[in-house]
Amino acid sequence: MPDTLQSLIQAVEAADSAKRLADAVQNLANAHLQGATPTLIAALGYNNPGAAVAAVDGLVQIGEPAVPLLLEQLDSHNYTARAWAIRALAGIGDPRGLVTLLGAATADFSLSVRRAAARGLGMMRWHWFPQDLLEIAQEEALDALLFVAQQDEEWVVRYSAVVGLQALAGAIALTHPDWLAQIRSQFEQMATNDASPAVRARVWRAQQLLEAGAARNPQPLDDKPSSLEETDWQTILQNLYARKSEERSVLSEGDPRRYRDLAAAISPQTLD
Amino acid sequence: MDNESGSSNGGHLTVEQAIANLQGEDLGLRVYAAWWLGRFRVDAPEALEVLIAALEDEADRTEAGGYPLRRNAARALGKLSDRRAVPPLIQSLECSDFYVREAAAQALEMLRDPAGIPALIALLKDEIPGTLPAPEPPYLPQPYDAILEALGTLGATAALPLISPFLDHPVPRTQYAAARALYQLTPDRQQANQYGDRLIQALSVDDLQLRRSALADLGAIGYLQAADAIAQTLAENSLKLISLKGLLEKQLQLTTPPDLSPGAIKVIDLMDSLL
Repeated sequence: MPDTLQSLIQAVEAADSAKRLADAVQNLANAHLQGATPTLIAALGYNNPGAAVAAVDGLVQIGEPAVPLLLEQLDSHNYTARAWAIRALAGIGDPRGLVTLLGAATADFSLSVRRAAARGLGMMRWHWFPQDLLEIAQEEALDALLFVAQQDEEWVVRYSAVVGLQALAGAIALTHPDWLAQIRSQFEQMATNDASPAVRARVWRAQQLLEAGAARNPQPLDDKPSSLEETDWQTILQNLYARKSEERSVLSEGDPRRYRDLAAAISPQTLD
Repeated sequence: MDNESGSSNGGHLTVEQAIANLQGEDLGLRVYAAWWLGRFRVDAPEALEVLIAALEDEADRTEAGGYPLRRNAARALGKLSDRRAVPPLIQSLECSDFYVREAAAQALEMLRDPAGIPALIALLKDEIPGTLPAPEPPYLPQPYDAILEALGTLGATAALPLISPFLDHPVPRTQYAAARALYQLTPDRQQANQYGDRLIQALSVDDLQLRRSALADLGAIGYLQAADAIAQTLAENSLKLISLKGLLEKQLQLTTPPDLSPGAIKVIDLMDSLL
């Protein structure tokens, strides 16, 4: 229905107030049309939180076809738009977003970005990965999530890391009992020691689900196969290796993780 | 978002520097030091002393006659959870500056000490002489939101009949503060729920600021029936998550760890969907 798409896009372009813009983006997002992708991505940069929330939801619904344009958006200088794009990537779980999410979960200034990235890291579309890449990708995700669960100063980001670890535990339970044991021991530690009651409660829930085997639901069966090409996988692998070698020079001068406390002190009230 | 991991070494200051700055000549540094001591919850005895002394500061005045340093000192004292701050904060409820009184009422609420109730009631009745109204429209005579919220949290049941009329106050936020306090103070649960339901209705008003305010109030009282409405209202996910966290923590008080009530599990599922 190209007419519908056209008119929905026109409504976004014609919106003359913050409220109308948010509504128009919401309507466009609700239509679940792939052709809406560029308009929805543009809406991430309008400095209108209502529109951005709706656009992220819409992009997550569109899913994989939106990923290439989202990755382009990451190059933009608009920090807010970048943060929203990372949230959309986290929601989609496409392998091409993996390295971006690893960096965002562990080092982004914005807690809402770290929060979204941590959850996304546990819920990647692991069944899309070729076997040799799956191993290294999941190990990187595990390391990043354990780091966030132990180190992040915001309760909601640690909460999100627990959600991510629970999902990852489900995905690796049969293939990597050693990783599962690491996740369990991290949960045991947090179940009593985490400073936030809400985080402790989320850990108890994750433990219950793991015990019941309910988290062991590796992949959706009705999911479409990946359309990723050989070059995509090569890029992902290269980026992962680049990241691994960076990690060896542990938190060197200039690593953003060193400055997070400072950034938090400068803008303690920042939301989204 | 609150800092629960208690990092005490962020920013540029050290504890000693902050305490020294608070007693120094530079007014800007003094205000920043007061904020900093609260932000990082520095509970050294010297910090408490200098902050209490700052409640009587005369040097730092705005053109309208306000006391910026006193405001920041009062806010910081609320975060240090040391009840020795209670008597000087009660004294600050008599300050001419509206915002000092507001910060003092909020701090007394955070310190959970019922000793402040009589003075808060006197302030609610506008019976404390020399208190100037807010310097901005609508020029409220007293910081009603903060007073009502403090009375609710401190369990001031005797204040119930004084609080009810504020449900009809012209300022919506003040109505919400009254509903929040009445929910906390009403012993009969069914009757209390009608106040919680008023706050749920506030989640669908047109004004984003008011929806945010209702989110904070519902989180503060942990009203489980509001869970779905909180998840669906149009506001930032960060604020919805903080609000739901309040509901979850309330549920945790009803069971023994690590047991989770069905309500707790419901709230957790909603929170997961907002990450």
